[in-house]
Amino acid sequence: MSGEYKINVKVNGKNYERMVEPRLLLSDFIRHEIGLTGTHVGCEHGVCGTCTVLFDGLPSRSCLIFAVQAHRHEVVTVEGLGSIEQLHPLQKAFQEKHALQCGYCTPGFLMTLVPFVEKHSHPSDEEIREAIGGNLCRCTGYENIVEAVKLASAMMHTSKE
Amino acid sequence: MKPAPFEYYAPTSIPEALDRLDQLGYDGKVLAGGQSLIPAMNFRMARPAALVDLNNVPELFYIIPAPQGGYLIGTMTRDVSVETHPEISKKYHALNQAFHTWAHPQIRNRGTYGGALAHADPAGQLPGVSLALEFRMKITGKATGERWVDAKDFFVGPFTTVIEPSEMLTEVYMPDLGPRTGTSYQQVARTHGSQFQVAVAVKLVLDANERCQKANIAMLAVGEQPILAEQAARLLAGQALSDQNIEAAARLVATKEIDPGTDIHATAEYRRHATEVLVRRALNDAKADAKQRGG
Repeated sequence: MSGEYKINVKVNGKNYERMVEPRLLLSDFIRHEIGLTGTHVGCEHGVCGTCTVLFDGLPSRSCLIFAVQAHRHEVVTVEGLGSIEQLHPLQKAFQEKHALQCGYCTPGFLMTLVPFVEKHSHPSDEEIREAIGGNLCRCTGYENIVEAVKLASAMMHTSKE
Repeated sequence: MKPAPFEYYAPTSIPEALDRLDQLGYDGKVLAGGQSLIPAMNFRMARPAALVDLNNVPELFYIIPAPQGGYLIGTMTRDVSVETHPEISKKYHALNQAFHTWAHPQIRNRGTYGGALAHADPAGQLPGVSLALEFRMKITGKATGERWVDAKDFFVGPFTTVIEPSEMLTEVYMPDLGPRTGTSYQQVARTHGSQFQVAVAVKLVLDANERCQKANIAMLAVGEQPILAEQAARLLAGQALSDQNIEAAARLVATKEIDPGTDIHATAEYRRHATEVLVRRALNDAKADAKQRGG
């Protein structure tokens, strides 16, 4: 039973059927097989958080899941978050607060934070720092990211009220 | 940074998984959450010939109250499910503290409770907590049936447990704490969520006079596997938990009961010093927890 497996994965609401080798990582499947290159790959061993996607709604590292394990599961990548015309509040807040420079780590931060800002309307600095503890940024520093999360949480919850 | 080829099996029931493990023997490796195994495979430090993926076995995901008190936890239960369980997080202070240091939220969303134990990382939080809190593990095999193993007999070396290649961990029993019992988890790490240099998990049982009835002190990352500090436990038994006695116990652990190594993160000398500080903190914190929980 090595060889290739036929898998069916829902990514950003669309079903993709592909043949994959069991050793193919979900991160590589997303980038190379279906061509969604918004998900970035950093360390490939679960340290940097850059490849974070929503796997069945929960932020997970796509370099630590095999594509074959995503069969009949649902993945959301940064491409599923917002569009150029209509940015997700998190994306707007990152833009507003200058929470990125090179942007390489940004998709991972965004996907990590989606459920967090949905859940927290007024998160403390400490809560935010714990939430992003699994994401590395090597150029901006974290101050503006923390500010952006506060703004995004406020935006998410005022628009609902 | 890509894994070597392997055969992949995705059973959908426990008997099917056990059949497969029995057939594969030493070639088979259980894939639980994969948050430690897959990085090792990406580095090619691990090259299992075949993976038996338990993620499609629904009967391994559960948290239920045990008839005798405490909880029975299915081996595939995600760490986040235990972490956010409303009663568990309140009762088990040490576990709650450990979760805040335990890798990162993304890892806990995918990592499993049984996997963290079966992986037996000498620098893993849960093996230490399991030792202090006296967890019991249910190991199941096709030929061997079911057996229960106490945490103190479960870990036999770095990344090594008593689970045989054709067996798997199916359930974890987390005992109730009982009256006048407190727990604590303390560690030092260079950054939040990174690997710790020393950690300790403690369970303390007080008698009616608030003396120490029993102390489980589990030390982590200062030996090849989690270590129970038995001399310190004997020293404290029956004694008042005064600053002086706690200090003496902490010094005994640091000087006599551990065998720390030196690496780029910390020297052996530093680890001994940190051990003394952390044991003192953990005993004081567990004492406060015991008093607060009452009995």
